[in-house]
Amino acid sequence: MTPLSLSVEGLTKSFGGLSVIRDLSFTVPAGSATALIGPNGAGKSTAFNLITGVYRPDAGRIRLGGKDITGTPSRRRIGLGIARNFQNIRLMPHLSVLENLLVGQHVRAGGLIDLLTPYRLLPKHRWRAEALAALAECGLERHAAERVQGLPYGIRKRIDVVRATLSRPGLLLLDEPAAGLNPTETQALHRHLDMLRARGMTLLIVEHDMHFVGRTCGHVVVLNFGEKIAEGSLAEVQRDPLVREAYLGGMAA
Amino acid sequence: MTAYQTGLLVILALNVLGAFAVYLPLSAGQLNLGIAGFMAVGAYAAAWLGNEQGWGATAAIAAGGGAAALVACAVAVPILRTHGIYLALATFALGQVITAVFLNLEPVGAAAGYPVTEHIGPAAVLLTTLGVAALVLLLSCTRFALCLTAIRSDAVVADLMGMPVRALKVAAFTLGAAIAGLSGGLYALHYNYVEAQHFGVMLSTYTVLYVLLGGTRSVWGPILGAAFFTLIPELLRASAGWRYAIFALLVILFMAWRPAGLLTGGLRLPWRRRAAEETP
Repeated sequence: MTPLSLSVEGLTKSFGGLSVIRDLSFTVPAGSATALIGPNGAGKSTAFNLITGVYRPDAGRIRLGGKDITGTPSRRRIGLGIARNFQNIRLMPHLSVLENLLVGQHVRAGGLIDLLTPYRLLPKHRWRAEALAALAECGLERHAAERVQGLPYGIRKRIDVVRATLSRPGLLLLDEPAAGLNPTETQALHRHLDMLRARGMTLLIVEHDMHFVGRTCGHVVVLNFGEKIAEGSLAEVQRDPLVREAYLGGMAA
Repeated sequence: MTAYQTGLLVILALNVLGAFAVYLPLSAGQLNLGIAGFMAVGAYAAAWLGNEQGWGATAAIAAGGGAAALVACAVAVPILRTHGIYLALATFALGQVITAVFLNLEPVGAAAGYPVTEHIGPAAVLLTTLGVAALVLLLSCTRFALCLTAIRSDAVVADLMGMPVRALKVAAFTLGAAIAGLSGGLYALHYNYVEAQHFGVMLSTYTVLYVLLGGTRSVWGPILGAAFFTLIPELLRASAGWRYAIFALLVILFMAWRPAGLLTGGLRLPWRRRAAEETP
């Protein structure tokens, strides 16, 4: 996989009269790990939904690896190299872990022959083998045959991330991947993300945990009320008075 | 085997086909309440092609399936714009429209019914059903079935994963209709008589109940549900007039006991279980 850059320019989105994203511009260099941070309601998840095409922007452009994808339908974007997890873990609860991962592979296995191969009768099939290997890399292989429904939160959270990687994206969007994980699981997630970057994935991460951001992301974009208020290294943005005010209210000003 | 048993087996086979016809779109989250309409299209098409065009039984029945698929494909685009209960209502209305059309269509006998000259025996019905069942079972082991489940579970995620949600829904709806048409064709040529009234609301309702009662999460559910619905009323024959009351009570009890259908976890075949355990 080739790392892909992302740039958004003048992105604007409102729902009814509520302006959620206003004239947002930032760039995620190819191969970097960039964090998108900001208080609750700052528009981070909406930005993800605009980048992946769940919502159409009212104005502005989105470029992936230099290519304008603003008008590309959501379903085609994963094929261009964008994949994402979901803040609220949208795995298919009635399916096994393995089947959920096969869903994540779909974009590479959507041809008619792949669609009609009875993989469930073929335990050694390459799609299964690949999904199992991806699970094994994260130490989660023992859950492969289990139904997602009954699994603990932290494991489901991590499987949601694994599923997002199975399309082999050049840009991976992670919405609060560490939220709700215990320290051991967080360490494992760090190792996983390091591995993905080493393989050439650009990461754009929404995260509230600043230790996590500091450990993984070299570049930070700060949103507040749908606007970018700061950009730079974590240390730089933490010194920024606008950022301090956004997080601490009027107290720091 | 007595004639009674053979007759019962044929009814079971036709009901299993009907149940598959409902199950396929339902596995993608679409409840088709007008399945009898698609059976009627298959039955009349097969009957007419045999009677008027001199088609052989095999070709006529296959064309019955094809005709129902064509109708489904044509209406799928507008009808699949609706969701949930509205989709059920739209398919219900469609089934009624189709039946009403045949009830008034003079070239196929209208309300007087339509005798069919071509005949097939019980063996042909049973073999065709076995063939279709094998194909549906095989299909349930593919990514196609996985995609349908994904769409039912979360259509937004299915779309973001790159699945052509609309096309897959149309495919499931059409495939279900094709099976319904096939069962209609078999019905027409086996009983040598078609009348529009047979393909009414009750037939659609019962067919949906096979699937809901049997379970919608596994392809064995519709088979089990159809078998239950076909055989239990027969076993209750001794109770004469009370059998439908007892049967209805049984259905209620079953739904209370297993609200998601008789089968919920998929059938774990012995070799599948071993395969699952081998998985590291």
